Amino acid sequence: MKLPIYMDYSATTPVDPRVAGKMIPYLTEKFGNPASRSHAFGWEADAAVELAREQVAALLNADPKEIVWTSGATESNNLAIKGIAHFYQGKGKHIVTMRIEHKAVLDTVRELEREGFSATFLNPEPSGLLDLDKFRAALRSDTVLVSVMLVNNEIGVIQDIAAIGEICRDKGILFHVDAAQATGKVAIDLRQLKVDLMSLSAHKTYGPKGIGALYVRRKPRVRLEAQMHGGGHERGMRSGTLPTHQIVGMGEAFSIAQAEMARENERIRMLRDRLLKGLMTMEEVHVNGDMEHRVPHNLNVSFSFVEGESLIMAIKDIAVSSGSACTSASLEPSYVLRALGRSDELAHSSIRFSMGRFTTVEEVDYAVELLKNKIGKLRELSPLWEMYKDGVDLNSVQWAAH
Amino acid sequence: MAYSEKVLDHYEHPRNVGSFAKGEEGLGTGMVGAPACGDVMKLQIKVGKDGVIEDAKFKTYGCGSAIASSSLVTEWVKGKTVDQALQIKNTQIAEELALPPVKIHCSILAEDAIKAAVADYRNKHSAVVETPACGERCKE
Repeated sequence: MKLPIYMDYSATTPVDPRVAGKMIPYLTEKFGNPASRSHAFGWEADAAVELAREQVAALLNADPKEIVWTSGATESNNLAIKGIAHFYQGKGKHIVTMRIEHKAVLDTVRELEREGFSATFLNPEPSGLLDLDKFRAALRSDTVLVSVMLVNNEIGVIQDIAAIGEICRDKGILFHVDAAQATGKVAIDLRQLKVDLMSLSAHKTYGPKGIGALYVRRKPRVRLEAQMHGGGHERGMRSGTLPTHQIVGMGEAFSIAQAEMARENERIRMLRDRLLKGLMTMEEVHVNGDMEHRVPHNLNVSFSFVEGESLIMAIKDIAVSSGSACTSASLEPSYVLRALGRSDELAHSSIRFSMGRFTTVEEVDYAVELLKNKIGKLRELSPLWEMYKDGVDLNSVQWAAH
Repeated sequence: MAYSEKVLDHYEHPRNVGSFAKGEEGLGTGMVGAPACGDVMKLQIKVGKDGVIEDAKFKTYGCGSAIASSSLVTEWVKGKTVDQALQIKNTQIAEELALPPVKIHCSILAEDAIKAAVADYRNKHSAVVETPACGERCKE
């Protein structure tokens, strides 16, 4: 077993060696510009791009013509939200989204607010899920766009985008879904789902960084205003020379995801259950987010009375994310955990474990032992743990004013 | 983030961890910070009849720099009179541990912990003494 152990697959995944193998020839030999119509170099690259487009569409059960290449999910989110808002602003200028969306959605919507749009940011239930009645109540006659993510990056919960889509379609509101964390983890059928736009990323699904796509529905047709202007690539929706090798990589990665998803999810669920069972042998361990509507890859856990950064430091043999961004000058607990109603203390002591294709049983067992050992030590050091053990209610303590 | 060797040393091998038995003579206990801010330090001093700090113990909930700052302070106050202990400044702690700017609040908290422990000692065994602030970062 090699240390450190990677358990941060929600941040990024390694490129699958099978994917890398497909990409390399497109850097050196098959280097043509897919937009070159006048010679074989261009035709070869174009064929590779179109095959990848089919592979990506296949994973979503979409039409290849509905796939627009972008640089990644951040660009896809920007293109979808700004592109729709700008194109349809004559219809209305209200957008509905959730507080636990990725920053690429939240900051884009905030930018539109500065431009004169209005927005509603819905809070999730304590489980992390969106309440459909509260969602319905937030829609207005001037709502043009709803943006809700399929799988949350921090807590892994799966939103009911089928139901949300029905509500939106019924009211004639366009529906965008950020699916960056979902591909290869949950089945997506865009012929069934009433989703109008979907953001995709390659590097969360064992493809390369720097490439993504936006699904833009053709029936009923969805139009958007381009954010990047130039040669009119991607039917005018996103100009810029296509990075053939990246696209080939994304196509291959999504093709592998489609073929192996069912089996892989089963294996990862077994690993997740093993990890959870191991961690739960300790006292005062809390899972953040719904356990039922959740991808098996993610386990977000708070360890009471232990501070997140010291915990990360203690477990440097495993690469995980903390819910607390303490390295910045202003200590800011995860906005996602706060939106769930978690106290700042629990948000600070949260760890996101995300497992994937190359995680092993041995690694999970190592992580459990390491955590048990280090949490024990840090709790011995913690005055809060001591007070808890003495039966002091920490909420009743008058802490120094801040 | 990168920690200095001294921070890592105190973090890996914290000095004087623990609490004194509740009824012991000459104790002063300071608890500063707040869980919501991500750090709480408890510093205890045991002062002899001659006014010299004989022993000190700490417990800290916080980042590596917070643990190191409080661990260091327990070493520094030992053998000092209460008045001498009050002369320890956060800048000295920050310098000794080579704390980066974003971690200066940890040294401020450690200085506050000394003041709180001494104030408690002087107030003769009231349970916990509050201090006005745990640093700059939680004010918002």
